[in-house]
Amino acid sequence: MLRLLIALASALLLAFIVVPLAALYLHLDPRRFLALIVSPPALDALRISLVTTAASLLLTLLFGTPLAYALARGKFPGRTLADAVVDLPIVVPPAVAGLALLFVFGTTGLFAPALAVLHVRLAFTTAAVVLAQLFVGAPFYIRSARAGFGALERVYEDAAATLGSGPLRTFFLVTVPLTLPALAGGAVLAWARALGEFGATIMFAGNLAGVTQTMPLAVYLGLSDGDLDLAAALAIVLVSVALIVVVASRLLERRAA
Amino acid sequence: MIELAIRKQLRTFELDVDVTFERGVTLLTGPSGAGKTTLLRTIAGLVRPDAGRVVLDGRVLDEGRTHVAPYRREVAYVFQDYALFPHLSVLDNVAFGLAARGVARSAQHGTAGAWLERLGIGALARARPHALSGGERQRVALARALAWTPRALMLDEPFAALDPTTRARVRAEVRETLATLDVPVVLVTHDAQDTAAFDAPQVHLERGRTGP
Repeated sequence: MLRLLIALASALLLAFIVVPLAALYLHLDPRRFLALIVSPPALDALRISLVTTAASLLLTLLFGTPLAYALARGKFPGRTLADAVVDLPIVVPPAVAGLALLFVFGTTGLFAPALAVLHVRLAFTTAAVVLAQLFVGAPFYIRSARAGFGALERVYEDAAATLGSGPLRTFFLVTVPLTLPALAGGAVLAWARALGEFGATIMFAGNLAGVTQTMPLAVYLGLSDGDLDLAAALAIVLVSVALIVVVASRLLERRAA
Repeated sequence: MIELAIRKQLRTFELDVDVTFERGVTLLTGPSGAGKTTLLRTIAGLVRPDAGRVVLDGRVLDEGRTHVAPYRREVAYVFQDYALFPHLSVLDNVAFGLAARGVARSAQHGTAGAWLERLGIGALARARPHALSGGERQRVALARALAWTPRALMLDEPFAALDPTTRARVRAEVRETLATLDVPVVLVTHDAQDTAAFDAPQVHLERGRTGP
């Protein structure tokens, strides 16, 4: 009896996840999907999403890797605090994150005078999309990379050092290859989170077609404009990417273990 | 020649030694936890002493504010579990020290290959470390440590990870190879059979102090 109840509860919840996602695919026949996905609004959103997530991923790797390494290996005051700070964007509601970014980089924000001197406008630009994605996505990479660096036995880096390899050379030829599954897994998750970013983006970057309108924003616009078919076509792309990401990160996790 | 006069606080006692290692093999003996590995790591620069000095062939490696980084010391180290790079082939493991010194790739592989031949494992050049037996790994670790002609060689319990049947054979091979070296070699062991087989000067370490 109990086993039956467990099976029933499990089946219901799994169906609750699968059926709505499948319904997206059922909403459009393949030819209509293809026609929509190559339409100018869809291609614009696709392009903005690809460009901005590529940029935010690059920034995540560039700044997140040293931070993850410092958190895993460094001994410095406030390390525990820094560790907690990294997790904050995962917990903070995205819309709040967008508002916070606006308060710093917006036209009346903290950095407004400095940005004005440099003639840089950030809010409601493509760059703002990138920053919003960086804010919400980077923690996923940093967490995974930190765990990877922490789990790596130091003896390999010691061995490289005694063989005459300087710190940077050792990092790229020994540390990175030996922690690659953790780094790649974290990068995939961070990228996926950036791709799906909505709340912070719409607050901080707005919803301007061809400038800040990423795929999730275009889905939202499709809904409010009553163009459900375009929304569904973009949604299908996003769900398909999510499926690939889930499979890929599973495979990487298995390799990391 | 390695001149070492250092102090280093360990968890329950202080490592406090003043010792010289001449060219050729010196055995560093003593019970587990006596500070042998710390002493070895200090010479390699992986541990920084609290006070004192480390000098190799007249070059000051540690003294006061001076601390030469491990990668600038030219002190080779064979780790207890060998620490072969699992993502590199045997050949690239052995060539690693040459590559770090900017030796051209073809010359790296020539020298590394020659070392593998010399140690009788030339056929394993393309293999990955995980595919090797304990004795083979040991030889790769030794080749990797020697291929770039270091100024000193540290061996931390080089036979401890081997099963008893291969230990005697590998010990004889290593002794032969070490006999051809013209640099100070410090070999850590707490195995009486090692001390008997090597017939080399000994330094005995107990709770951080040298003694008889």
